[in-house]
Amino acid sequence: MPTNLSARLSTFVLSLFLIAFALPAFAGPFEDAVAKFANDDFSDTDEAIGVVASSGNKLAFPIINALQEGRLMADPDSKKVYVTGTDGKSIDAATGESVASVPDSASAVRLNNRLRRSVDAALGSLTLQSPDLGTRLQAAQSVFKSHEETALEPVESALAKETNRSVKAVLGEARAAILLFKSDATEVQKLEAVATIKARGDQEALALLSDIGSDQPASVTKAATSAISSIQNSLAVWSMVQNAWYGLSLGSVLLLAAIGLAITFGVMGVINMAHGEMVMIGAYTTFAVQEVIRTRYPALFDYSLLIAVPLAFLVAGAIGVLIERSIIRFLYGRPLETLLATWGLSLVLQQAVRTMFGPTNREVGNPSWMSGAFELGQITITYNRLWILCFTLAVFVILLAMLRYTALGLEMRAVTQNRRMAASMGIATSRVDALTFGLGSGIAGIAGVALSQIDNVSPNLGQSYIIDSFMVVVFGGVGNLWGTLVGAFTLGIANKFLEPVAGAVLGKIAILVLIILFIQKRPRGLFALKGRAVEA
Amino acid sequence: MTPHMLTRSLDRGATIFVMVVAACGVLIPLSNLLLPAGSVLQVPTYLVALWGKYVCYAILALSIDLIWGYCGILSLGHGAFFALGGYAMGMYLMRQIGTRGVYGNPVLPDFMVFLNWQKLPWYWHGFDMFWFAALMVLFVPGLLAFCFGWLAFRSRVTGVYLSIITQAMTYALLLAFFRNDFGFGGNNGLTDFKDILGFNVQAEGTRAALFALSCLALILSFLICRSVVSSKLGKVLIAIRDAESRSRFLGYRVESYKLFVFTLSACMAGVAGALYVPQVGIINPSEFAPGNSIEAVIWVAVGGRGTLIGAALGAIVVNYAKTFFTSGVLAPYWLFMLGALFILVTLLLPKGIVGTFNAWREASRERRPAAASVAAEDGITEPKMAE
Repeated sequence: MPTNLSARLSTFVLSLFLIAFALPAFAGPFEDAVAKFANDDFSDTDEAIGVVASSGNKLAFPIINALQEGRLMADPDSKKVYVTGTDGKSIDAATGESVASVPDSASAVRLNNRLRRSVDAALGSLTLQSPDLGTRLQAAQSVFKSHEETALEPVESALAKETNRSVKAVLGEARAAILLFKSDATEVQKLEAVATIKARGDQEALALLSDIGSDQPASVTKAATSAISSIQNSLAVWSMVQNAWYGLSLGSVLLLAAIGLAITFGVMGVINMAHGEMVMIGAYTTFAVQEVIRTRYPALFDYSLLIAVPLAFLVAGAIGVLIERSIIRFLYGRPLETLLATWGLSLVLQQAVRTMFGPTNREVGNPSWMSGAFELGQITITYNRLWILCFTLAVFVILLAMLRYTALGLEMRAVTQNRRMAASMGIATSRVDALTFGLGSGIAGIAGVALSQIDNVSPNLGQSYIIDSFMVVVFGGVGNLWGTLVGAFTLGIANKFLEPVAGAVLGKIAILVLIILFIQKRPRGLFALKGRAVEA
Repeated sequence: MTPHMLTRSLDRGATIFVMVVAACGVLIPLSNLLLPAGSVLQVPTYLVALWGKYVCYAILALSIDLIWGYCGILSLGHGAFFALGGYAMGMYLMRQIGTRGVYGNPVLPDFMVFLNWQKLPWYWHGFDMFWFAALMVLFVPGLLAFCFGWLAFRSRVTGVYLSIITQAMTYALLLAFFRNDFGFGGNNGLTDFKDILGFNVQAEGTRAALFALSCLALILSFLICRSVVSSKLGKVLIAIRDAESRSRFLGYRVESYKLFVFTLSACMAGVAGALYVPQVGIINPSEFAPGNSIEAVIWVAVGGRGTLIGAALGAIVVNYAKTFFTSGVLAPYWLFMLGALFILVTLLLPKGIVGTFNAWREASRERRPAAASVAAEDGITEPKMAE
């Protein structure tokens, strides 16, 4: 968890800061204990950890933390101990005063596995009452995992003072974990502990319960067994939910990539193999926008995507119109030739981008509102996936409304359904063709903006989506945006449910084979246009 | 098919084509082997291997032209049949390595030893015998094409839908062959070959022989295609290409015709792949890449769809250009050129080189009234490019 880590680091820096100004220097049990670190003896170190941790001294946390990370330097000659900060500056561990440099004779205090556990427990209890919420939560979690008996007292005192509900819950679970493994806890306490841990219901609770050993009372073992099976059931449900979420997320990506294709292929009947390159152009537009923002207006970085979306639409749309005017319009009614010409076009565009931006991946950053994640029950949802899902649905709805309610949408549908009659009614069909193709390409460009957030921005970006996009459109049914929606989410979810069973690659192969077989059954996709339009 | 059937369909252009290929197939190996190295007329060995590769591509192009030019089936997955034929041959060549591999295992190829496999997977059995491998070269692509075509044609998947699912097929195979546990060497494919039928694959004599064999295979494929398209069957195929529903209503079993020609074409592509592998020395999953199959289609388009000679010519011309441009300072621009080729040929030269040439000759012949009767000599009409 980067947030927790940074919170811990900031606490650490803050405490260093406090120490530098506020610490009175006097010799006492704390200083004696610190000196023991220099003995290079595991049992002395253990003792020192105990004393330091329970001293209440402000230096306790930095010392133990440094010990854990191998930054606690001890000089066996002078019995002096130093804490080297992550920034390279050092302080005297006993007094907190800054020192210019650590003597060369000093070496890091060594740890063995038993000591590492003590260190973890000590750090846990030290941070249990930290003013920072994230640190407390983290500490409580680490006590839950280590469930050292020594931590019981600090946990209980922290529990009494804690006001935050979620931290309190984790502290309660930590206490339960300790009690469950404590040999002299009563049976009633242990049964309560099992119930608390069962309520937690995640992988760690499962691991803990499976770990209790055979020396427990029969009733506790029985309760634990039933708790394990109940946790396993609920975890199975959560893993289904997780797969469904991943599937929705993949489906939204597929939909985004395919929706432009659904317009050009579905509505116009043009096979645009360069569609993936439109996506790529959108992604590179995002990259260019971010480059300008980075160098000129760094404050605008969080808005970079909002700027990139219309720009990508315009750039890709303009290129689309250009392609339609210069190539595609000569090939109407010859779909196979269109396929070849646009394939050639895709090679040219890829190579052009490779020449302009270089063949390697370009870095596109996540704005702050798109990074990070939150927990929902037992699953983690990342903000970028969530935003992409929302964005995709928004694009879909806008597109649908556009086709349904605007004059251009009406003209597009008219030309699609009966070109000659539309022309007779005064619709400039060639203008509509160009605009439709531009719209499809523009939407591909927008897709590129979104995909730049989760995929590598390289000249091959489009290639990796083109086959999937065609599968979605063909599966969903040509000439129907709803079909594309259903197709994308069906394929996404099916893919993610097959993945745990068959592995990622085999799952994908299975999907391809299933689509091939499906097309045999329904040659025109899930939602086929009925009537005479099919024969056209 | 009797020799008479194969030769009956030859017109003047076809005769010239067969003669030229046969002459190359004889003269190039002879010049390579008999003339002293450094002589002006001596063809260096690397060129023999390179041109051998082109000839294999020409066979692949012929197989695509047979279905696309004469039956209107645009397969974007023909590279899969080519690669499967290649893998069948590669498996034979792997088994021939024997104890000379890095790990010296007499039965298991190196990559299996490396992956700690204990015994040969069942599908590798029999590939130590050449006749079996040769059979599989025809059988495996043929079977796949038969199953695929049987499903696709019976449910009347046509046009771009068919193209897209053939592409999906080769893509699925690409993913599958990349897997190590699939048993075909994963990412690295099959390579490091030693012997073919007891001859060293690196030796000049073997390379010359393989080149001659490739030319022979090209001639045979050409004659087979020629006899198919100029027979009654070929007329039905052209009818299907130009008006599928009408042919069906006239009582022809469209799907059977398509299935036959599709399977035949896949077998030819398999042979091309099998001849390709010993000359190139490696077969790996990238041969399944959808891009390769599409590139093969453009060879046909450049040379002239529905002309057979054009397909072979297109394969050789485009690949020669590819070698020429990708080996020099122009390498970064090759993809621009290839892309432009795709666009310009479809826009400006829809009949391809040979098709345009034929049309031009026909037109000039019509201008000479005395020669009007000669036009009947051509058995086949020009394709109309209708879908």
